Amino acid sequence: YPYVTGTSVVGVKYKDGILMASDMGASYGSTLRYKSVERMKPIGKHSLLGASGEISDFQEILRYLDELILYDNMWDDGNSLGPKEVHSYLTRVMYNRRNKFNPLWNSLVLGGVKNGKKYLGTVSMIGVHFEDNHVATGFGNHLARPILREEWREDLSYEDGVKLLEKCMRVLLYRDRSAVNKIQIAKITEEGVSISKPYSLRTFWEFNAFRNPTVGAEGSW
Amino acid sequence: MEIDADAPHSMGTTIIGVTYNGGVVLGADSRTSTGVYVANRASDKITQLTDNVYVCRSGSAADSQIVSDYVRYFLHQHTIQLGQPATVKVAANLVRLLAYNNKNMLQTGLIVGGWDKYEGGKIYGIPLGGTIIEQPFAIGGSGSSYLYGFFDQAWKEGMTKDEAEQLVVKAVSLAIARDGASGGVVRTVIINSEGVTRNFYPGDKLPLWYEELEPQFSLLDIPSSPGPEPMNI
Repeated sequence: YPYVTGTSVVGVKYKDGILMASDMGASYGSTLRYKSVERMKPIGKHSLLGASGEISDFQEILRYLDELILYDNMWDDGNSLGPKEVHSYLTRVMYNRRNKFNPLWNSLVLGGVKNGKKYLGTVSMIGVHFEDNHVATGFGNHLARPILREEWREDLSYEDGVKLLEKCMRVLLYRDRSAVNKIQIAKITEEGVSISKPYSLRTFWEFNAFRNPTVGAEGSW
Repeated sequence: MEIDADAPHSMGTTIIGVTYNGGVVLGADSRTSTGVYVANRASDKITQLTDNVYVCRSGSAADSQIVSDYVRYFLHQHTIQLGQPATVKVAANLVRLLAYNNKNMLQTGLIVGGWDKYEGGKIYGIPLGGTIIEQPFAIGGSGSSYLYGFFDQAWKEGMTKDEAEQLVVKAVSLAIARDGASGGVVRTVIINSEGVTRNFYPGDKLPLWYEELEPQFSLLDIPSSPGPEPMNI
């Protein structure tokens, strides 16, 4: 059962590669216990893994992937593991643990670019996996994906992609109890992987209906 | 009220680890309870792993003791093989391995803190489940619920040794005031390049908070009080 958990991760494909966003929170039940946890990590040269769910299981997955990348580098054969291969490996790991009734309690988002091909996929704790132009975990499935379905286009520019992800993260901040206002956005292109510094989103509360919610209906909320 | 003597010994506890410029300060209360009975009112929850690394234990007393015993044993061997003192990171990761791989059976939250020559003073929190998280300060145990707001306000980067220790003592004593599962004395352990210092703050030397009164020897010593008045029914 999960103890320390991270909330949603959102990812989109854009013109030059993949953009992924997550907040830096890790909750302990209803307490927002840790607020500077990096839930997205680069894997090898070509991929980025974002995770929601139990953080200790995510740390263990990072160790498995570390070992995988190490062996891959030791072959020294000029080939390096791309996102499709890493996604496939993770799918097998997650599904096998599920079959033993001892799942790794995570929902993972795996994105990457190799040889010009963009890849964005997801694996859940029971081994369900698929790839798509935009993916999200947890609450993001319910709040972010509808926004992305309407507003995602092929060939999004970097700026538009970031704005779209920020819109999703803002909605999650308003409506997800376990969200924390400290996010990072990561970018993967053919050149490599980079994760932004943590930053906070602005929020808007100045609706008249917020200031005076009971006008015309005294006693309501 | 029936005392259930077979209830597992659990340390309600408040544990804290704080870094300062030069090392770390670890602090804890001293209450161990079996159900509602206080089995030990002066326990030592800050346990040594090596000369330079200590761990604060919370949750099940048995689980935390056995984990720290194993880690002390492994670290001892590791130090012999390595030829120099183990680093705080290694100690914390050994604790994490035990906590993670036995997550279904253990119920203990730990804070590992120490000083080594490579990274200086470091604090690692290892909550239930075996997540490892390096932090400038860490709080744990049931009493820590009352301290999240306090630390959000009172924590500053770059404190001196005395500031850090005073912060820890104040925090533990605030938690003791509100958490039934924490109590007794405040113990602190300061670890830096010079070595390790243990301090002891008995219950009656701690500051008084809201609704608490200055302890008296006896009613008879209070000069202006003529004794309890009969009630007017």
